Amino acid sequence: MPITITMPALSPTMTEGTVANWLVTEGENIAPGDIIAEIETDKATMEVEAIDEGVLGRILIAAGTENVAVNTPIAILLLEGEDAAALDGALAAGLQPVAVPEPVAEPAAGPVRAQARVIVAAPASPSVAAEVTVEADWPSGSEMTVMTVRDALRDAMAEEMRGNEDVFLMGEEVAEYQGAYKISQGLLQEFGARRVIDTPITEHGFTGMGVGAAFGGLRPIVEFMTFNFAMQAIDQIINSAAKTLYMSGGQMGCPIVFRGANGIASRVAAQHSQCYASWYAHCPGLKVVSPYTAADAKGLLKSAIRDPNPVIFLENELLYGQSFEVPVLEDFTVPIGKARVARSGGDVTIVAFSIAVGWALEAAELLAAEGIAAEVIDLRSVRPLDLPTILQSVRKTNRCVTVEEGWLSCGIGAELSARLMEQAFDDLDAPVTRIGGADVPMPYAANLEKLAIPDAAAIAAAAKAVCYR
Amino acid sequence: MPERAPLSLQVPEPEWRPGDTPDYSHVNFPPAGSVDRPPVDANPRDIRDLAYTIIRVLNREGQAVGPWAGTPTDDELLTGLRHMMTLRAFDARMLQAQRQGKTSFYMQHLGEEAISCAFRTALSPGDMNFPTYRQAGLLIAGGYPIKDMMCQVYSNEGDPLKGRQLPVMYSSRKDGFFSISGNLGTQYIQAVGWAMASAISNDTKIAAAWIGDGSTAENDFHAALVFASTYKAPVVLNIVNNQWAISTFQGIARGGSGTFASRGHGFGIPSLRVDGNDYLAVRGVASWAIERARRNLGPTLVEYVTYRVGGHSTSDDPSAYRLKTESDAWPLGDPILRLKAHLIVGGVWSEERHKQAEAEVRDTVIAAQREAEALGTLHSGGHPSARDMFEDVYATMPPHLIRQRHDAGI
Repeated sequence: MPITITMPALSPTMTEGTVANWLVTEGENIAPGDIIAEIETDKATMEVEAIDEGVLGRILIAAGTENVAVNTPIAILLLEGEDAAALDGALAAGLQPVAVPEPVAEPAAGPVRAQARVIVAAPASPSVAAEVTVEADWPSGSEMTVMTVRDALRDAMAEEMRGNEDVFLMGEEVAEYQGAYKISQGLLQEFGARRVIDTPITEHGFTGMGVGAAFGGLRPIVEFMTFNFAMQAIDQIINSAAKTLYMSGGQMGCPIVFRGANGIASRVAAQHSQCYASWYAHCPGLKVVSPYTAADAKGLLKSAIRDPNPVIFLENELLYGQSFEVPVLEDFTVPIGKARVARSGGDVTIVAFSIAVGWALEAAELLAAEGIAAEVIDLRSVRPLDLPTILQSVRKTNRCVTVEEGWLSCGIGAELSARLMEQAFDDLDAPVTRIGGADVPMPYAANLEKLAIPDAAAIAAAAKAVCYR
Repeated sequence: MPERAPLSLQVPEPEWRPGDTPDYSHVNFPPAGSVDRPPVDANPRDIRDLAYTIIRVLNREGQAVGPWAGTPTDDELLTGLRHMMTLRAFDARMLQAQRQGKTSFYMQHLGEEAISCAFRTALSPGDMNFPTYRQAGLLIAGGYPIKDMMCQVYSNEGDPLKGRQLPVMYSSRKDGFFSISGNLGTQYIQAVGWAMASAISNDTKIAAAWIGDGSTAENDFHAALVFASTYKAPVVLNIVNNQWAISTFQGIARGGSGTFASRGHGFGIPSLRVDGNDYLAVRGVASWAIERARRNLGPTLVEYVTYRVGGHSTSDDPSAYRLKTESDAWPLGDPILRLKAHLIVGGVWSEERHKQAEAEVRDTVIAAQREAEALGTLHSGGHPSARDMFEDVYATMPPHLIRQRHDAGI
């Protein structure tokens, strides 16, 4: 039987890619190990090697085709002794060549990247009767564009680097490789090796070096490939960056941004898949930011770079490729310490941050179908917490569910819950309920990983429970 | 006051980037057999030159020459060749399996097979390796079943690590393969600690620490040298210098020290530099260093000079930062072809037998792959048990986890 060659997944987070080039033609003999095609993802271009020996029977996805989902059949390989009849059989079984799709016309709003997959309008329009107007951080009527979180982060750094010679970026793979997750694309080319610096592999070393450079008057942006690797640098972050302004009697501050992927990712297991929000939020002297949308990623990163204090900027790998609306403004910033009402509703408040905001919005849709109007608050800043916004919401709904990726023990939900008990005890009609990850190190296997991570259904169930439904 | 020139920084750059032509003609590799083999109890001060040369055994004609050649039997070398061929075939199949979506991630050894395969043969049962992700030859040469390795890569119902760990991060205590940490360098100082525990218990087991060129920048590397040197721990400190730490060339971590091996000098640790693509040279140096540890003479630092022919991992695209032709120009050759040539020169091997062996190895690996895939792959077939997810967080499962497992209905 002919073999179907499928679109390979070149990394755990890849869901689709571009068939850039076919290096063999139909009818050509192929041996295992031959390079047959080049596939492009938003991270890299990769060569696809033949696995089996045979003749390339038919190319199903033409070169130049974008957005080809992983596991889509891209070609048919005829094995020894198989002929056109076998090919016809395979095609009859449902495999048909796919033509290059017509390019989609760009919407008037602005450039849309071809890779954009998930378009989430911010703010989302509430489908349940809204009592509170969801306010944006930009003037109404501003021109909007759609961009990925990845590009928003890059633009924020580029704009701040253009505006201030003292700002520079360093970390592993940030320069020549353009960032392990391609966040620093084009920065080396624009700003040169003096300001975009590949470091030796030592988080403790380059964090300490960055802290020293901040003491020396520069404004470093330190990228951690993931915050998991920042564990060995935590002494520099807590004991030096966060405390030196205080310990030096106010003489020497540490204006520095530590940024990188935090929290859950896909199939990377215990040592690469963990949320550090509560670790850093515990410590006075630090500010901790963890945005969900691209607009917040951009506006908050610019604010973080300008902030005279050390700022921990927690991103999420799974959000990098997601697209959102971002205002086209000369100098768009979002203040640190201000939450965002992502969706309004009067029955229950759901508080989340980072990727969990997406789950909360999904849960709100599920709840709306059952007649429950959930208000979703995107914390954006974990320290300082925007308590007034949360209190205002809870005084209206009298119920609260908190959501986080991380473990519940001593987590952000625990903090919110305590604050609400202290300041809104009489307003609560039900105990605050926390949703978070299972109390185990993150397992690798897909079925176990799914069990360890909260989802919209769990959030909706908790929301119903506090509504006594 | 005299006028002072403004200060500036140096930023090391690799010799070539995409678009250039690689040229190693200026690199001076000493001829095979030309480096002396000192006694294992030599004074470290007297053998400092070993950190700046390259110990080689196999010459261009395929002959084993010089004092580091040792006296391996033909059977031992034929077995070594088969270990390397198995590792290469295993890599090829797993790389393809990743491209087919049967696993999410894989890391291959292409070009570096000799190092872990040869080193393993010099160890004894009970000794412990603290490896990185590119020493699977320690398992293969130790007889660990490749089917079990595949089950780990697939995270299926046969996965010895119960679906918890990233692909290629194998662990087998009884096979002297501790585990692999995703956070770089941590294993290096742990190996020293393990070796010190062996010594303090008056045991006879030794440890082997492994690290890549890039990760020598990590604190753990430097701390390991301090402890190993101060307490003369029974440990072999291995550095695999494969030239590239993802896109970062080795000069970034090496800095001004000349060679990675010479890092040991400040600690008074005997430090050797060896041709990592020469199975016999690796074997000779490993035996020397392991004997030192075994005889309570203390640690040895060994730098294996090699080249990472493939990408860092299946998520890496090396063409973005280095020349595609660089590995072809690499002057130390292919470890499998070099040992093969030696065995042919010795009259115990031939092109035909090699071709036949390639087919046998491939069949063995494919048969193991079939068995492993019958137990599932990442997205289909058998999965690790969900019940196991709550096990081993603590030695005894606490009540709240019993409750979570109960709530999850598993």
